[in-house]
Amino acid sequence: MELAKIEDLLEKYFQGETSIAEENELRNYFSSSNVAPHLEQYKPIFECFSLAKGRQFTPEISLPPRPRDKKRTVAWISIAASVVVLLGIGTYVYYSTDVVNKNEDLGTYDDPQEAFRATQKALSLLSNNVNVGIESVLYIQEYQTTKDKIFINTSKHPGGL
Amino acid sequence: MNQNEFVLLVTPFKDKVFRLAKRLLTSTEEAEDATQEILVKLWSKNGNLLEYSSVEAFAMTMTKNYCLDQLKSKRTGNLKIVHANYLDRDSGLEKKMEDLDSLNWVEKIIDKLPVQQKLIIQMRDFEQYEFEEIAKILDMNESAIRVALSRARKTIRDYMTEKHNYGIS
Repeated sequence: MELAKIEDLLEKYFQGETSIAEENELRNYFSSSNVAPHLEQYKPIFECFSLAKGRQFTPEISLPPRPRDKKRTVAWISIAASVVVLLGIGTYVYYSTDVVNKNEDLGTYDDPQEAFRATQKALSLLSNNVNVGIESVLYIQEYQTTKDKIFINTSKHPGGL
Repeated sequence: MNQNEFVLLVTPFKDKVFRLAKRLLTSTEEAEDATQEILVKLWSKNGNLLEYSSVEAFAMTMTKNYCLDQLKSKRTGNLKIVHANYLDRDSGLEKKMEDLDSLNWVEKIIDKLPVQQKLIIQMRDFEQYEFEEIAKILDMNESAIRVALSRARKTIRDYMTEKHNYGIS
């Protein structure tokens, strides 16, 4: 490679105008054995640049378990928990309002005759059920009469016993 | 992305990160710690990592910022004496090289440069990044980088010429 070109490149190099390819040319020139004597002083600069490439990061890369994973599971658990809580509250509110609705909406009759019959039917059903209750209570009346028989009789004839 | 994929992703530029950290922090141990730190930071970003157009440029920017932070905290803290005592592990290897003295001279001159110029020299002359990439990493415009680079190269040249003329090297 002719000397003039190298000198030219050097000038450009110190102006910061060289491209990577041109810098590589300079490196090659200065790493060769026949460097012109008056350029000898630049040799160490370019040798230094190529030499430093040999330094490497040798230690094993030790990576901690990603901290994200833990955070993410915690987030998911809290989301799941809040969904459960919301569902609980939701169903509770849903069913309690449903009962109220049922109580309010009982239906109605347009025809008075029909309404009368339905009322009668309902009342008779009620009285029948009440009678069932009374029938069972009638047994108690039996106790009363028996008790009366004994105690009234004994009070009338105190010397009987 | 699992651990193996991540290691594959960072392997091409982890040495560059290390060398940049070493250039700024000087000590090999500190540079290794810094590199480790940067990789862990990248790892913890993991999911979002692929959104960056260039993970390497992103890593280099992180390294730059991390090292500057380290230097700042060291300057305010009183750790200078400890820092000056470090033993360079690479010296064994380098001693075998020819021209050790003058090579060390170049390194020493670069160490004396302002941080900005150090960064640019490291990325351009050592790692051979294009100006465009350096501009992205340092968040500067290209002409400012050229100016700083030219200044740094000329400083090195002047020192070397001086040494050469005195016959020290």
